[in-house]
Amino acid sequence: MEVEAAKMIGAGLAAIGLAGAGVGIGIIFGNYVSAGIRNPSAAPKMFGNALLGFALTEATGLFSLLIALIILFS
Amino acid sequence: MGLFISKAHAAEAGESPLHQFEIHSLIDISAGSTNLSFTNSSLWMVIVTLAIILLLAVGMRRGSMVPGRLQSIAELSYEFVANMVRDNAGDGGKPYFPFIFTLFMFILFANMQGLIPKTFTFTSHIIVTFAMAAVVFIGVTVIGIVKHRFRFLTLFVPAGLPIFLVPLLVPIELISYIIRPITLSVRLFANMMAGHTLLVVLSGFAVSLSGFFVLPALAPLAVTAAMYGLETIVAFLQAYVFAVLTCLYLHDALHLHDH
Repeated sequence: MEVEAAKMIGAGLAAIGLAGAGVGIGIIFGNYVSAGIRNPSAAPKMFGNALLGFALTEATGLFSLLIALIILFS
Repeated sequence: MGLFISKAHAAEAGESPLHQFEIHSLIDISAGSTNLSFTNSSLWMVIVTLAIILLLAVGMRRGSMVPGRLQSIAELSYEFVANMVRDNAGDGGKPYFPFIFTLFMFILFANMQGLIPKTFTFTSHIIVTFAMAAVVFIGVTVIGIVKHRFRFLTLFVPAGLPIFLVPLLVPIELISYIIRPITLSVRLFANMMAGHTLLVVLSGFAVSLSGFFVLPALAPLAVTAAMYGLETIVAFLQAYVFAVLTCLYLHDALHLHDH
C-alpha cells in the first residue's frame, strides 16, 4: 500500500473517535435539558457544570481529531 | 509543533490549512546558541496584554457609581472571576484571585483575538498552553506541600478507601495527578487548533466551489458562519474551563479531601 493512501485511511480511522465525543455531548445537554424541565429553578445553577462537562467531553474527541490532523499534514 | 508546521508549509507552499499557525521571526535576537527572536507569536502576546491593561485601566479610570460601557465590562469580568474563585476554590482561595484573573483574561483575549481574520492565535501552540499549565501545576503542588507538609500525600488516597484497594488506586490517582498539566494544555491547544483548521477547510470549500457555481457555494459559506459562532463560544468556554480547572486544582491542594 502506498504511504499516502495509508495516511488517508489512518486519518479517517482516527477521526472515528469523534463519534464518542458526539454521543457524550448529546448525553450532557440532553440530561441538562430533561433535568431543567423537571426542576426549572435549579437549571441556571447547573448551566456552568453543563458547560464544563461539554468542554471536558469535547476535548477527548478533539484529541483524536488532532491525531488525524497530524497524520494528514505532517 | 514548530517542525510539523514548517514541514506542512514546505509541502504545500502556503496552501495548507495549517499555514496560519506558522511562526516567523520579526526581530532576530539570539543569545549564544539560544534563539530569542521576537516572533509574530510574541507580538500578539504583547498586543493582548496591552489590550487587557488598556481595557481595565481606561474602564476603571473614572470609577463612577453608574458604570459606563467600558467600566461595565471591566467590572463584569472582575465579578465573574471573583465568583468563580469563591465557588470553586473555597475558603483560602482568595489570595490567588489575581493570578486566576490574569490567566483567564489572557486566555480569553488570546482566543478572541485569534478569531479576527489575519491575526495569529498563540494559544493554538502547545508550547504556550503547556507553559501556562506547567506554571499552574507546579504552583498548586508547591502550595499544597507548603500548607500540608507530608499530609499532602493523602491527596492520592481517596477518603474511606478499603485498605486492600490502596495499592490499586494510589497509582491511578498519582497518574491522574501527574497528567494534569498535559490534559490542561492539550485541551486548550487542541480546541484552538482544530477550530481554526476547520474554519480554513470549510471556507476553502466555499472558495473552490465559487469558481464553478456561485449559488451552491453559499452553503459552505453559511456553515462557516455558523462555525464562527461556535468558535466564539468555544473561545470563551476554553478560557472559562482553564480557569475553573485551575480553581479546582487549587481547591484540592488547599483542602485535600476535607471540605
